[in-house]
Amino acid sequence: MIVEAGHFALILACFLAIIQGTLPLYGAMRNRGRLMALSAPAAYGQFFFVSISFGALIYAFIVSDFSVANVARNSHTLKPMLYKIAAAWGNHEGSILFWAFILSFYGAAVAYFGRKLPRTFYVRVLGIQALVGVGFYLFLLLTSNPFERLFPLPMEGNGLNPLLQDPGLAFHPPLLYMGYVGLSVTFSFAVGALIEGRVDAAWARWVRPWTLLAWCFLTSGITLGSWWAYYELGWGGWWFWDPVENASFMPWLVATGLLHSAIVVEKRDTLKAWTILLAIIAFSFSLLGTFIVRSGVLTSVHAFATDPERGVFILLFLFIVIGGSLLLFALRADKLQPGGLFAPISRESMLVVNNLLLSVAALVVLFGTLYPLLRDALTGDKITVGPPFFNLAFGFLMIPLLLVMGLGPSTNWKRADLIGLTSRLKFVFAAAVVASLAHFYIAGGGDMMAAVWLGLGLWVFLSTFYEWAERVKLFKSDAMKRILRQPRASVGMSLGHLGMGIVVIGMAGSAFWGTEDQSIMTYGDSQEIGGYEVRFNSTDGVSGPNYSAVRASFDVRKNGREITTLEPEARTYFAPPMPTTEAAIYSTFMGDLFVVIGEANNKAYDQWAVRLYYKPLQIWLWGGVAIMVIGGLISLSDRRFRLGAVTRRQKDE
Amino acid sequence: MNKFIPLAIFCAIAIALYVGLSLNPSNIPSVLINDPVPEFALPAVGGEEGGFSSADLAAEDGVVLVNFFASWCMPCYVEHPFLMELKKRGYKIYGVAYKDKSWDTNGFIKERGNPYYKLAADNKGRVAIDFGVYGVPETYVIKNGIIRYKHAGPIQEMDFEDKVIPIIESVDK
Repeated sequence: MIVEAGHFALILACFLAIIQGTLPLYGAMRNRGRLMALSAPAAYGQFFFVSISFGALIYAFIVSDFSVANVARNSHTLKPMLYKIAAAWGNHEGSILFWAFILSFYGAAVAYFGRKLPRTFYVRVLGIQALVGVGFYLFLLLTSNPFERLFPLPMEGNGLNPLLQDPGLAFHPPLLYMGYVGLSVTFSFAVGALIEGRVDAAWARWVRPWTLLAWCFLTSGITLGSWWAYYELGWGGWWFWDPVENASFMPWLVATGLLHSAIVVEKRDTLKAWTILLAIIAFSFSLLGTFIVRSGVLTSVHAFATDPERGVFILLFLFIVIGGSLLLFALRADKLQPGGLFAPISRESMLVVNNLLLSVAALVVLFGTLYPLLRDALTGDKITVGPPFFNLAFGFLMIPLLLVMGLGPSTNWKRADLIGLTSRLKFVFAAAVVASLAHFYIAGGGDMMAAVWLGLGLWVFLSTFYEWAERVKLFKSDAMKRILRQPRASVGMSLGHLGMGIVVIGMAGSAFWGTEDQSIMTYGDSQEIGGYEVRFNSTDGVSGPNYSAVRASFDVRKNGREITTLEPEARTYFAPPMPTTEAAIYSTFMGDLFVVIGEANNKAYDQWAVRLYYKPLQIWLWGGVAIMVIGGLISLSDRRFRLGAVTRRQKDE
Repeated sequence: MNKFIPLAIFCAIAIALYVGLSLNPSNIPSVLINDPVPEFALPAVGGEEGGFSSADLAAEDGVVLVNFFASWCMPCYVEHPFLMELKKRGYKIYGVAYKDKSWDTNGFIKERGNPYYKLAADNKGRVAIDFGVYGVPETYVIKNGIIRYKHAGPIQEMDFEDKVIPIIESVDK
């Protein structure tokens, strides 16, 4: 009964979305107040009904109602409750319903927080948001109904892929989707503005908080996924350039660009067409990501439901949404006259360079991701594009980006003084270069790129700190007062850039200075790695709620002193049957010790394949991202961004 | 005019994606569906006479199942009761003990019952490689020595009803 109610609520939501996406838009064109008044209640109603629908699905998973095909395929009575709930969005139908749920949530949020927006613009934004929703509702109802019943009733469900039974992954999709779908708001604002034919500083102020919110979610979601890959897949890596990772990374790159170009629109009233285009592209990448994951055009460890028929539907939907908005852009962009002019050396130029590099980086990732598909389509060859391509091409673009990142915040708007800029930052630059060379010397050569990345990370970190110290006059009296009085948006910027610097240093550490060792170890054997002495004690059989496992025990010593005992596991899940590894990680500020247990020797039960990794500065990577997100959230709390707040002219310096 | 460039790029991508939809990237012909079973002759568990060979499978008239399993494999325990059920329903199951010790295999069978029509040992796992076994348990549906279907993982009622029976019906005419 509850399941049918969920299905029915979904149909109602679809009808409300159709109303919201048609009548008020017509009303805005003809200036009919009554029709326009429909859009907000429809947005709230949509959210209400989709919530019921999604709640019904979660309920079916909680009570393990195997008469629902989706539950039978993806759940199992033995599964811990967290994963029963998480399974609701860990499958194709459920995840699309989750998409629609978040979409309607954002729709309702825009309807509420955007009440002070100009009337016709408000209605248009909500209308576009609803039309995107219609696509998702139809997709659910026509091709991927999560409430489909199953007969005869199975006694037990199939279970969820055990790799996905992990707390990190229970929260990874929700965060990622909040990010993906958050970009739909930016998209609706952009298309709304194209229909209105007007983009100004106020528009940028409305759009930025939504972009920032989506960006924070996207950043956390991607990182959580990466962290999961790091400790769960047991290869000691955290980024694999897998098509699905790329699918989430491309919108992130564009959204990052958009955050920066919206500043230019807000402060300087220029780059309007470009910003609108970025807003459209960012959401297009979100949709494209969904297409890539759902349609089966690319193979990936992540693609859990692939079906060409659905693929055709999504492609058609993409064609209408992206093609339509890009066509609108092509027809209307000329109306967006740029305002302020700027010199080649100026904050604006720096931001333009930032935007170009981020966009090219997104294109490179897109090309690398789709190239196997293009080759297959054109010549029939099966190939994969792997990390060597991405690391080279992407890394090459990141070097100038990081250089500009250090310069940008210290550069004035309109026209900056190159000599002044270089003389202010020359010591910072020199410090980064010296540190990088010193590392190169101490490491006795090694990979030159390690020194380059270390230097770049330091450069970003130090120049950001320097700019902040200059801004708050750190060494003059009353510095504390000035520190606290900084606008939150600029505090957020400083933290975001500092975090990025830390991330780059962490990447350099874990990618270039890491050591690994694979060997067969017998009980009692010791192995030296990263300054630690790791002793293999024994193994033991243990059983969990839905798996059995071999748990190994390793004593870790440093300088003869006992530090910790690590217990990696090799698990075998029952439903579905699948072996997984649970790495044991000892994290410190300076690096991670990472132990993975493999298979036993068939003949001797005390001999096991063991992999040891030492990953220097790994924690910097996660910590740096956390700082970036905190920066984003602080910036989000800036009162200038609160919609409806009185707009006041801010001085730039 | 250059405002149309993004649209043009998108259209090119959309066409590529449309073509890509008709291709299956994971369609790498590794499984021997509709091919004869690889040639082999396996001894019985314990290394004596009385195992079976590809010739035995080819000589079968009806549909038979070949099940790769091991006593060290947890999912095989999960699967075992359903294999007993299949035996009761009259299916001929050929069992291959994969990389297993003979006393362990015999213990497994003695303790839980023998669902197999014939049982052989693949100590080195070479025959499993020829069959393209990823991991145990795996079950092959074979008619007249031709592999018709392969099921990876423990076979359960639902899999059997949904996937195996339609195949048996389609080839068993």
